[in-house]
Amino acid sequence: MDNTEATRRLHTKKQTLDDAYAAPANFLEIDVINPITHGVAKKRYTDYEVRMRTNLPVFKIKESSVRRRYSDFEWLRSELERDSKIVVPALPGKAIKRQLPFRNDDGIYDEDFIEDRRKSLEGFVNKIAGHPLAQNERCLHMFLQEPVIDKNYVPGKIRPN
Amino acid sequence: MGDLLGEGSYGKSFFGFGQSAEIDIILDGAATRRTAEVKTEDGKKERLFLFFDGESLSGKVNITLKRPGYKLEHQGIKIEFLGQIELYYDRGNQHEFTSLVKELARPGELHHNTSYDFDFNQVEKPYEVYTGTNVKLRYFLRVTVVRRLTDIVKEVDLAVHTLSSYPEMNSSIKMEVGIEDSLHIEFEYNKSKYHLKDVIVGKIYFLLVRIKIRHMEIAIIRRETTGSGPNVFNENETIAKYEIMDGSPVRGESIPIRVFLAGYDLTPTMRDINKKFSVRYYLNLVLVDEEERRYFKQQEITLWRKGDRIRKSLQMAPVPVTTPTNGESDQVQAFEKIPTPVSEEASLEDSPTEEPAPNPTPSEDIPRVESYAEGVPTEDA
Repeated sequence: MDNTEATRRLHTKKQTLDDAYAAPANFLEIDVINPITHGVAKKRYTDYEVRMRTNLPVFKIKESSVRRRYSDFEWLRSELERDSKIVVPALPGKAIKRQLPFRNDDGIYDEDFIEDRRKSLEGFVNKIAGHPLAQNERCLHMFLQEPVIDKNYVPGKIRPN
Repeated sequence: MGDLLGEGSYGKSFFGFGQSAEIDIILDGAATRRTAEVKTEDGKKERLFLFFDGESLSGKVNITLKRPGYKLEHQGIKIEFLGQIELYYDRGNQHEFTSLVKELARPGELHHNTSYDFDFNQVEKPYEVYTGTNVKLRYFLRVTVVRRLTDIVKEVDLAVHTLSSYPEMNSSIKMEVGIEDSLHIEFEYNKSKYHLKDVIVGKIYFLLVRIKIRHMEIAIIRRETTGSGPNVFNENETIAKYEIMDGSPVRGESIPIRVFLAGYDLTPTMRDINKKFSVRYYLNLVLVDEEERRYFKQQEITLWRKGDRIRKSLQMAPVPVTTPTNGESDQVQAFEKIPTPVSEEASLEDSPTEEPAPNPTPSEDIPRVESYAEGVPTEDA
């Protein structure tokens, strides 16, 4: 008895050359780079460049670059915790100890510390931006693409079209 | 006579030694009867003689007196055929769904070794034996020599398989599922009912891929459900896991699926056995992305046991389909969402959703093979 029919591969639609060789529809790259410490003495703060390149339709702007500081990341995290259904990943620590006086190193302006924090923030934002349930949150779009974060914004979801 | 297959072939024995007499149960046709491996509670396997529904059970009970010249007083000797469901969390209440008894000897005395014939004619064995996580279904013969203080008891377990024939209706499973704007796939499995040595042939077609997929796998899951009402226990066990794709697919790609069931420890689907338990099987398709998020779709399949070469003296009447199918057709079902992605990593997880209740597949029975007259239907090796 010929059994090949029973286990033959199912009929598949042929992939068009266009689909096969076009740029993948899931291109999303976010880098957290260029930490710069502004100001002097007690009035210093460090911020980072958050650069995004994507072809996902949910993001209106396909290339953006903004500067964000640690407290902006904290704001994003709390907005997402409240509004989105995802369990938001953890941020790198607040480093309170490093802000106390009488340290041997530069505290929170120490190069190694900034580098560790930079890497961690990059992982954090990539995890969120790639999550299908967080991608359409207005707070995330504002964080990634608006030059200035408007803390009085109206929270909500963004519909791609 | 004698122990054909070595230790354990006759199952457990209670009080069959150290007492004044030893009981042996010997089945007719033991030399030619097939055996089957049945799991024991502690995970080992034992070989038991295999019977089917409707077959007669006959043989001899040999009572051997340990001390020659000694006389054994008793209040009767009987043999029982029992089919029993035992819930592990409720050991005291063993539920007997079938019970036959034959009296072998009236109360009296045995002066020498004695042999009794027994014959249970065309015994109904409606269910297959099963040893699971929380429940066990077994069939056994039990000989009891009733005595004033302690009975002498011997039990011999038997294996029973339920056979079915090719179902008349066996439509494929085809569905389009996804997360809006992020991932759309169409999956297809060639059948909804597979026999235990069958091959699952299928495909996954990617309609939209806006997430970064790392790999895709398919798993066979057994769900054992015991209890009822508020005390329902579901035990999920992953029987097999099989990677079907490594890497990142794009739109328009088709990934083939081919899973050979014969290599896995599977039983037929058992639905509401004597209202005590169910054993159901699911295919779980899982896609994992770069951030370890898992996207899954579970689909129930029905497994059945195929009988093979049947001797011509047998009658085989497939039970007609009892429940009509509803909606199980080749057409693509309405768009259905994959539930919120759940990651294995603790750091990024959705609000915990359990794996969703599987699609309730219409419980259309596989036509059962029943009423064996004479002879032993053989099974696929």
